[in-house]
Amino acid sequence: MLLRAENLSKSFGGVAALQDVALELEPGMVHAIIGPNGAGKTTLLNLLSGVYRPDNGRIFFDDEEMTGAPHDFSAAGIGRTFQNLQVFFNMSALENVMAGRWQHERCSLAAALLRLPALARGERRSREAAYELLELVGLSRWADHASNALPYGALKRLEIARALGAKPKLLLLDEPAAGLNPTETRDIDRLIREVAARGITVVLVEHNMKLVMEVSEHVVVLDYGRKLAEGAPRSVSDDPRVIEAYLGCSA
Amino acid sequence: MSSFQTASSAAAPPSASRRGLAALALVAALLPLVLANAYTYDVAILVGLNAITCVGLNILIGYAGQISLGHAGFFGLGAYGSAILASRYGVPVPLALLISVMGVGALAWLIGRPILRLRGHYLAMGTLGMGVIASVVLATEDRVTGGPDGMAVPPMSLLGFVVSGEKTWYWIVAAALIAAVWLAQNLIESPRGRALRALHGSEVGASALGIDPARHKLGAFVLSAVFAAVSGALTAHYSGFITPGKASFLHSIELVTMVVFGGMASTFGAVVGAAVLTTLPQLLTVLKEYEMVTLGAVMMLTMIVMPAGLVPTLEKVLAVTRRKSV
Amino acid sequence: MLAQYLLSGVTIGAIYALVALGFAIIYNASQVINFAQGEFVMIGGMTTAACVEAGFSLPVAAAAAIVAATLVGMLLEKLAVEPARGASVVTLIIITIGASILLRGLATLVWDKKIHSVPAFTGERPIVIGSATLLPQVLWVLGMSAVAVALLYWFFNRTLTGKAILAVSHNRLAARLMGISVRRVLLISFALSAALGALAGILIAPISFTSWDVGVMLGLKGFAAAILGGLGSGPGAVVGGLALGLVESLGAGYLSSAYKDVFAFLIILAALVFLPDGLFGRRSAERV
Repeated sequence: MLLRAENLSKSFGGVAALQDVALELEPGMVHAIIGPNGAGKTTLLNLLSGVYRPDNGRIFFDDEEMTGAPHDFSAAGIGRTFQNLQVFFNMSALENVMAGRWQHERCSLAAALLRLPALARGERRSREAAYELLELVGLSRWADHASNALPYGALKRLEIARALGAKPKLLLLDEPAAGLNPTETRDIDRLIREVAARGITVVLVEHNMKLVMEVSEHVVVLDYGRKLAEGAPRSVSDDPRVIEAYLGCSA
Repeated sequence: MSSFQTASSAAAPPSASRRGLAALALVAALLPLVLANAYTYDVAILVGLNAITCVGLNILIGYAGQISLGHAGFFGLGAYGSAILASRYGVPVPLALLISVMGVGALAWLIGRPILRLRGHYLAMGTLGMGVIASVVLATEDRVTGGPDGMAVPPMSLLGFVVSGEKTWYWIVAAALIAAVWLAQNLIESPRGRALRALHGSEVGASALGIDPARHKLGAFVLSAVFAAVSGALTAHYSGFITPGKASFLHSIELVTMVVFGGMASTFGAVVGAAVLTTLPQLLTVLKEYEMVTLGAVMMLTMIVMPAGLVPTLEKVLAVTRRKSV
Repeated sequence: MLAQYLLSGVTIGAIYALVALGFAIIYNASQVINFAQGEFVMIGGMTTAACVEAGFSLPVAAAAAIVAATLVGMLLEKLAVEPARGASVVTLIIITIGASILLRGLATLVWDKKIHSVPAFTGERPIVIGSATLLPQVLWVLGMSAVAVALLYWFFNRTLTGKAILAVSHNRLAARLMGISVRRVLLISFALSAALGALAGILIAPISFTSWDVGVMLGLKGFAAAILGGLGSGPGAVVGGLALGLVESLGAGYLSSAYKDVFAFLIILAALVFLPDGLFGRRSAERV
């Protein structure tokens, strides 16, 4: 079990965003978390990436209890993208992805100030790895462009490339297809399969049911902060409780 | 996006910055040819000293995206620390300088941790408060510091020779400035520099990549404090005198203005900013009582007309004209 | 002695509160920290002093001072803040600081670098209450400040213009969509803040004199008070100002008068460490 969470609860000023949610994610699969608006999906993702601290419950990643700040979660091997883009608009596309490689190219302040020779080799490695990732997401021709010149769909893929730079074991994607047209969504579909093929466990928070059904192998349904149902995509979409929660909205 | 972000361009490729460093070294080497007398040497030295502080401050403001309205405090503490060690405790000056700078660095490390938890205007206030406290302490503890009228500072002696005279100091400051720019550029072009810029771009996004915001901000803060302290100590031993006014809020504002005027997220912009805004008041003394009015007006006009700063605006103008001529 | 310190603390605290309110009003409308706020205080005091010295009666001089400051405030908004809208916060800070330097330079040209006095409103004979003596001017400071705060409360809560200003501070775009002219709101905010600053300057000048650079420290401390109370909060500005004045007075009295200025900033720093958004500051949560 790659990730195990038990009794997760989180409230904001009296509003219970998440109540007593348990989660078990097997490695090497594509998981999806779905649910109506306000069900607590992004809250769950924020808990799993350390952005929020749970009021109750514990998270175990690779059998180690996860506490601390987001950068600790990242160091443990959890990567993510954001619903509201957190692209580094002050850098080029390539630099964004290179920034993703921080954990593998970390250097001390002294080494940086003195420009130790090992750094140059590391920079070359980073650059090559970043180019590869940009190619993977189809953005290699934008590499040296300022990232704020990229269209929205490209930025979503840029965030994925950047997250992959950290070589995560678990990748959390927060609504990667939001705001994308069908062609762009197909690209995301392909990208998710590629990522999964590389052995990375993927967790997808999505509203786009077609994408969820096609690409995921394990679906968790949240409603009003609680886990409503979970299982294979087909069984979940046939579940009457799920249908009711969505008011008949199944792909 | 945090309210202190600016649309800074991607870092220039290493080859451009090597060229910049070479150009700076060339200018520094050739400048004495046009410096006519002791006064012009003095202005050049002042430019260099301010530039050292500004290069460090630019790392904090331009790259890490933080703000400090109290950096003159570090300048003053570095200056007084070295002065007091040398004059009251007889510590040989190069060592006094080193100890003082390390002391200021340690202080910055201590106060940086709680202060950098603040954001935006609250951080501005926090650093402002720090600077004011430093300058008031320096002015009040007159038994140690000589009070509001300042204290005399013994000259620096290197390898047995007493360093004095504008010409000698010019080369020392020029070397120190080139070293400062070299160090700053190395940092910016390293993965650590990228991590800093990532933090500036999006703190949430950066922390999701394993970048610890607190540690990196603190590093930038301490480094910029060290640069300021070095500049302060050198200033003290060069001038032979130091006053608490050097740690004042006004001086802190001057430093921030130099950085912003030159262009944030540009090490060479910081140098240019220091150069322009150090020489300008010297030119303005001609205007005597109109000096303040002119300075204020210049500050306002340049920021309204060139909000990105001088160097980025020039770069943009050059890029546009280059595109037009193609 | 305690009563004396408390009294002087509340007195100067009222002044800080007025200056802090000026910061808060401008910040709310424009997200700008007006580092020239202290100069409005200076203009208030100096104009009054100059007019009185020229032979005008005190009420006329005071009125002229407020008008002068208000005009300067509106000019500042029109000439410096409006053209720079959209610039980064650091750039805006430098613009307002440049304005403060400019205004101080103008003050030395229009007037001089000397310290001036302004006659107390109703005489100088101290009133004795128990163990404390207070100047009548102190009552003016407290009274007029209270009136000003009450008027502001009425203005922001009961008048359409006041509510329009609040609307802009909450959501500029929505306010514009509702037909509120943001430019007019900005102009009024600057005018109002300038008037407040001038009032503070006029009130305190009989007690602590006035000069071309009296606005520097007052401005900084007013800013500190606004931050302490939580940037943008009106009640916060008032509480922050009073708290700052009390801390300063008590610290100067019981601990060390040389470090008077330090106490204020130390308390602010300590407060910010525990309350990074000030006492009543709006905690803005970043939506991830």
